[in-house]
Amino acid sequence: MKTFDLTTTSLRDINQALHEQSSECTEREWKITGAKGNHNIACGLDQSLSVDIEGHAGYYCAGMNKKAHVVVHGNAGQGVAENMMSGTVRVKGQASQSAGATAHGGLLVIEGDAGARCGISMKGVEIVVGGNVGHMSCFMGQAGALVVCGDAGDALGDSLYETQIFVKGSVSSLGADCIEKEMRQEHLEYLTDLLNRAGVDEDPKDFKRYGSARQLYNFKVDNASAY
Amino acid sequence: MSDSNDLNVKTGLRESATFDAATMTEIRRAAETGIYDIRGFGAKRKVPHFDDLLFLGASMSRYPLEGYREKCNTQVTLGTRFAKKPIVIETPVTIAGMSFGALSANAKEALGRGASAVGTSTTTGDGGMTPEERGQSTKLVYQYLPSRYGMNPDDLRKADAIEVVLGQGAKPGGGGMLLGQKITDRVAKMRTLPMGVDQRSACRHPDWTGPDDLAIKIQELREITDWQVPIYIKVGATRTYYDVKLAVKAGADVIVVDGMQGGTAATQEVFIEHVGIPTMAAIPQAVQALQEMGMHRKVQLIVSGGIRNGADVAKAMALGADAVAIGTAALIALGCNHPKWDEEFKKIGSAAGYYDDYHEGKDPAGISTQDPELSKRLDPVEAGHRLANYLRVLTMEAQTLARACGKNDLRNLEPEDLVALNVEAAAMARVPLAGTSWIPSQSY
Repeated sequence: MKTFDLTTTSLRDINQALHEQSSECTEREWKITGAKGNHNIACGLDQSLSVDIEGHAGYYCAGMNKKAHVVVHGNAGQGVAENMMSGTVRVKGQASQSAGATAHGGLLVIEGDAGARCGISMKGVEIVVGGNVGHMSCFMGQAGALVVCGDAGDALGDSLYETQIFVKGSVSSLGADCIEKEMRQEHLEYLTDLLNRAGVDEDPKDFKRYGSARQLYNFKVDNASAY
Repeated sequence: MSDSNDLNVKTGLRESATFDAATMTEIRRAAETGIYDIRGFGAKRKVPHFDDLLFLGASMSRYPLEGYREKCNTQVTLGTRFAKKPIVIETPVTIAGMSFGALSANAKEALGRGASAVGTSTTTGDGGMTPEERGQSTKLVYQYLPSRYGMNPDDLRKADAIEVVLGQGAKPGGGGMLLGQKITDRVAKMRTLPMGVDQRSACRHPDWTGPDDLAIKIQELREITDWQVPIYIKVGATRTYYDVKLAVKAGADVIVVDGMQGGTAATQEVFIEHVGIPTMAAIPQAVQALQEMGMHRKVQLIVSGGIRNGADVAKAMALGADAVAIGTAALIALGCNHPKWDEEFKKIGSAAGYYDDYHEGKDPAGISTQDPELSKRLDPVEAGHRLANYLRVLTMEAQTLARACGKNDLRNLEPEDLVALNVEAAAMARVPLAGTSWIPSQSY
């Protein structure tokens, strides 16, 4: 395992070393200590690396991740795993707003709570939140799945496209064009698999499923009050 | 004047200046449909523009350069502040961001071909980077937009520069719009949306909210690309002085200011005509902000919105821009609104020279469409050649004017070379009214 200390090594040097693994992988396991809320730690990775970040991470940790398995042993700031393409990112603590924003693929697990706009404009990522999510989560979600083991804030799934949302607890309110949908066997099987992959011990039968009513897909003047 | 109008005047009928024929038509249209008017193109109303400025050619007090023999440099380097690999363009006229989706793949390819032939850059748009565009563009700027459609780190690393889009001149404060009729299978897949669904791009970025956040976002983009390529910030011209200062503070290498004459593929007519300020008014604000921060020429300024000829290029640069960008003019050079399609324009309720319903995807010229049969009408090689010709003309015209002012580099043009034809232009451009030493905006 290769270890870097952010209190003595610059972010640039650490990210550069991680990026160089994409062309020739010489070390699979990495540890970054002294995170101390630094921004942009381990962003732009493109190799099957295992990266452990000790402490709290700032904004955009593991942004645009491909292939790598990143674990934040603390809290994560705004936009953790934003635009992730593949791989996994796990936050052992809480995550700030816009977690997994616009992410196209991979698995994001937040063991604590996530702030507002979790999964905003998500495009295929799977997000599992062990606690609650804030308001406007999954706004304009296009594809993928958001699982909330706690409660969801206001306007969940507003202007939703094709993302599937599963919530175990209460939903403060649903956003425009987001409705509760039937939980069929295929959805239970999918959710069982996803929870297992996320390492979250929950019973899929306790969840409700939400999705798009698809009434706002094309502009109709009769729907003007919904905007 | 038409015969019927002529007759009306002779018989004493008088059209209202407030409720003219176009206004009445729009009121009737709104009453019939209940929907605001959506269209493409840019502002059609007359606003103070570069035509209201004139150059003071050299004579006794200034020394001109020989038009055909003495060099006048047009090369500009963009992104010298932080990027390891700044972009060097051979002419200061770049191609503005226009998306695949709004435009056909052939049109995007033609833009790349034309720009590459003269050594300048082209720019992606909402929807990501196409292989056609990357393949034909030797210098490609990758737009980073709120929707992040098609956004991926592989394409980000293929780009020669990254343009973080905060707004555009046609609709500052508004998001993108691509209506369902243009969402074909390929466009849908690139944007991760079902076919035929209206695509409404957000007006704000999903993971940052202010200039302090933007500074961190820019650092992220630099980290992901290992600080190789320049980062541009594009804003629609509104509170330009403050926006430019904040963009510099956030860490931009290049700032793009798009005036209200800038075009769009689709937005509300009311937005196009009533939001933003003219390009000419925005440049002095931007330059003042850069100069006060000691960053003029260090952070390069690209200006767009209504650039049509070499005089516009030279005037924008004389006011302090390092380069310009063209969108609408480039499309016209490719063949947009060409008179040879007039009969077909009339079939869809328009006319050559007036067509602006880009959002409907029925462009007879094969440019603002995804219809495969219409798209075939645009030969990307021939259209690219036309664009290259046009870009060469813009460059030569600008050089002609610069030499006449005694300048051996387009960037040596300065406000002192300009006067204004009217008070409005003098105040906005901050140059004297012709024949006087009066600059209205500096007299209070």
